[in-house]
Amino acid sequence: MQNSGSQTPRVRHRKRSSEGFQEASKANGSHLLVHDQNKYRSMLIRTYSTVWMIGGFALVIYLGHLYIAAMIVVIQIFMAKELFNLLRRSHEDRQLPGFRMLNWHFFFTAMLFVYGRILSQQLVNTVTTDMVLYKLVSKLVKYHMIACYALYIAGFVWFIVTLKKKMYKYQFSQYAWTHMILIVVFTQSAFTVANIFEGIFWFLLPATLIVINDIAAYIFGFFFGRTPLIKLSPKKTWEGFIGASFTTMISAFLLASIMGRFKWLTCPRKDLSTGWLQCDPDPFFRPEYYTLPRWFSQLFPWKEVAIMPVQWHALCLGLFASIIAPFGGFFASGFKRAFKIKVCNLEQS
Amino acid sequence: MAMQNGSSQTPWVRHRRHSNEDVQEASKANETHLLVNDQNKYRSMLVRAYSSVWMIGGFALIIYMGHLYITAMIVVIQIFMARELFNLLRRAHVDRCLPGFRMLNWHFFFTAMLFVYGRILGQRLVNTVTSDKVLYQLVSKLIKYQMIACYSLYTAGFVWFILTLKKGMYKYQFGQYAWTHMILIVVFTQSAFTVANIFEGVFWFLLPATLIVINDIAAYFFGFFFGRTPLIKLSPKKTWEGFIGASFTTMISAFVLANIMGRFQWLTCPRKDLSTSWLQCDPGPLFRPEYYTVPKWFPEWFPWKEMAIMPVQWHALCLGLFASIIAPFGGFFASGFKRAFKIKDFGDSIPGHGGITDRMDCQMVMAVFAYIYHQSFVVGQNLMVETILEQILMNLTLDEQQTLYMKLGQILNERMTAQS
Repeated sequence: MQNSGSQTPRVRHRKRSSEGFQEASKANGSHLLVHDQNKYRSMLIRTYSTVWMIGGFALVIYLGHLYIAAMIVVIQIFMAKELFNLLRRSHEDRQLPGFRMLNWHFFFTAMLFVYGRILSQQLVNTVTTDMVLYKLVSKLVKYHMIACYALYIAGFVWFIVTLKKKMYKYQFSQYAWTHMILIVVFTQSAFTVANIFEGIFWFLLPATLIVINDIAAYIFGFFFGRTPLIKLSPKKTWEGFIGASFTTMISAFLLASIMGRFKWLTCPRKDLSTGWLQCDPDPFFRPEYYTLPRWFSQLFPWKEVAIMPVQWHALCLGLFASIIAPFGGFFASGFKRAFKIKVCNLEQS
Repeated sequence: MAMQNGSSQTPWVRHRRHSNEDVQEASKANETHLLVNDQNKYRSMLVRAYSSVWMIGGFALIIYMGHLYITAMIVVIQIFMARELFNLLRRAHVDRCLPGFRMLNWHFFFTAMLFVYGRILGQRLVNTVTSDKVLYQLVSKLIKYQMIACYSLYTAGFVWFILTLKKGMYKYQFGQYAWTHMILIVVFTQSAFTVANIFEGVFWFLLPATLIVINDIAAYFFGFFFGRTPLIKLSPKKTWEGFIGASFTTMISAFVLANIMGRFQWLTCPRKDLSTSWLQCDPGPLFRPEYYTVPKWFPEWFPWKEMAIMPVQWHALCLGLFASIIAPFGGFFASGFKRAFKIKDFGDSIPGHGGITDRMDCQMVMAVFAYIYHQSFVVGQNLMVETILEQILMNLTLDEQQTLYMKLGQILNERMTAQS
């Protein structure tokens, strides 16, 4: 969520400053951020919306696991809607009534399947008190897979029955497109929700690292950016990339320590309630004490340092976030160029 | 299964094209293409029967040889299907500008193979090497880190794809990427479920595959003799008479075949490791015949007073129902797809007709259903102490088994003290 939020003003800024600059001098071919005139004004706007987003996000984290899962479901619905509309051609669609319904049918089936699998045990644990509801829910969970499969087959049969002559190619492309969208949207949300119920830490830390990576890449590119990184995204620079990598890894190490102290973030949630959590902390979150080498403690006041084992894992997450995760952005950039999609279609309100 | 399907359809389609031309030459006014009106149909039926017999023989041999060989056969079929489908929408002149792009397809194929078969056969692989200590540790570690290894391979392919994006060819490359994913999903879903079913017992693979073949053959014969009303615009040769006749035939043969197949322990026992030796096991309540006395309203000439019906025969009826009604839609999907992209056949592996995918289209839909049906309705019914114990021994590591033993002991102790 924050990823797209922090990118939106950046993109708006890129477009605006590009245009301003191009009007000023057409001979200058460079589009790097460090040369733009209006950059300071745009940075203020960006900071303002980022602060609002972070505030809203912190509120949802405070409210708990179920609300975070609900937020993810809402985001998913919006993403799917955008992506479904992206390669639709409206004049063809007018001849195929009910074809849009098919997309949403598959979306609903995927939703039932994914969340049914992930949350089934939690759901069963929530209703253990009531005998009747327990039996009902256990039966639903048992036949969950075949119910989802039946829904999918119904959609498949519906698709074949509504194949219209001369529109085969469009319909098959839309079918494949629907499947790809659902895979992309549901894979990430399924794993996110599964992580949330293992402990909000495992959702919050990776998400925060991506945001920090973005912000740090922006700031480093802002002040030091000279060498372009990849042809796909001409505004990204090597200085931004490397600076962001270091920042991400250091903040991964520190944030893991800070986040690991809150039981609200580290305890797994075993049912779908929203009450306060109490649990025995995992050995990952128990600090281990390391004595610092003598030359270090002569310079600094600390004699020993407390490091949780989870911080080492956080370093690995930070490494991935800084090196591999930007490729997701490159993929999206390449995709938009491939299908000549204008950036303004994807602005979030 | 695939071969029988293919051979039974090969002369059918050859015959279709053959007789089409004759009829068109004879009289252009005659617009009907239904089988019942063709002149050379009897000769083609002989050709078809001949190749079917050979295919059935080869298939029976592989079934006799066992689970591992059937799996190997499925892997081979999968590779051929994937190759056909990869080549299908590739444009050769564009590909020459992108060296190494084809390698990417096979990289993703290999990753998917590792992922799917690693998950399904992981625990069985571990059970095969329990005798050797070193190999056991190695294999257990591999199984433990299997998911992250596959993910790393996938990420490597993803990064490679992005780095090789070439200006002016973005659309082609993204199209190919999406196409690769769709192919791998289609190919691996059905083969994964098929292999999972095989190791639960060859019965759960053999019965659905045979039902599809019987459905095809019966639809052909009923269409041959009685076909009048076309069924769907997508496949103009299919008829309602063929469809309904085939449905009845499939359901009756499902009931009968389940009885016959259920008597062989080779077919009904699950395989817990990757050996190829003979199987011995307790068949479970599904395969034990229950005796029903024939109700009084049955006609008096009915020779049997009581019938022995295995519970599995009722499940077979459901499989037969699905095979006759839904599975043909796999064929319609493939037909529509070929028309949409103006492809005549998916490939030319099978000379004179088409590719492997042409033969596997209905089998794919059935394989997925058979697995899901088995997991939902059959596994549940088979819950006895022995089966749960087998699952524990098969799916949990030694440490997990010990933990389970201790926890179970604690719970039972608490219950006994609460009762007393």
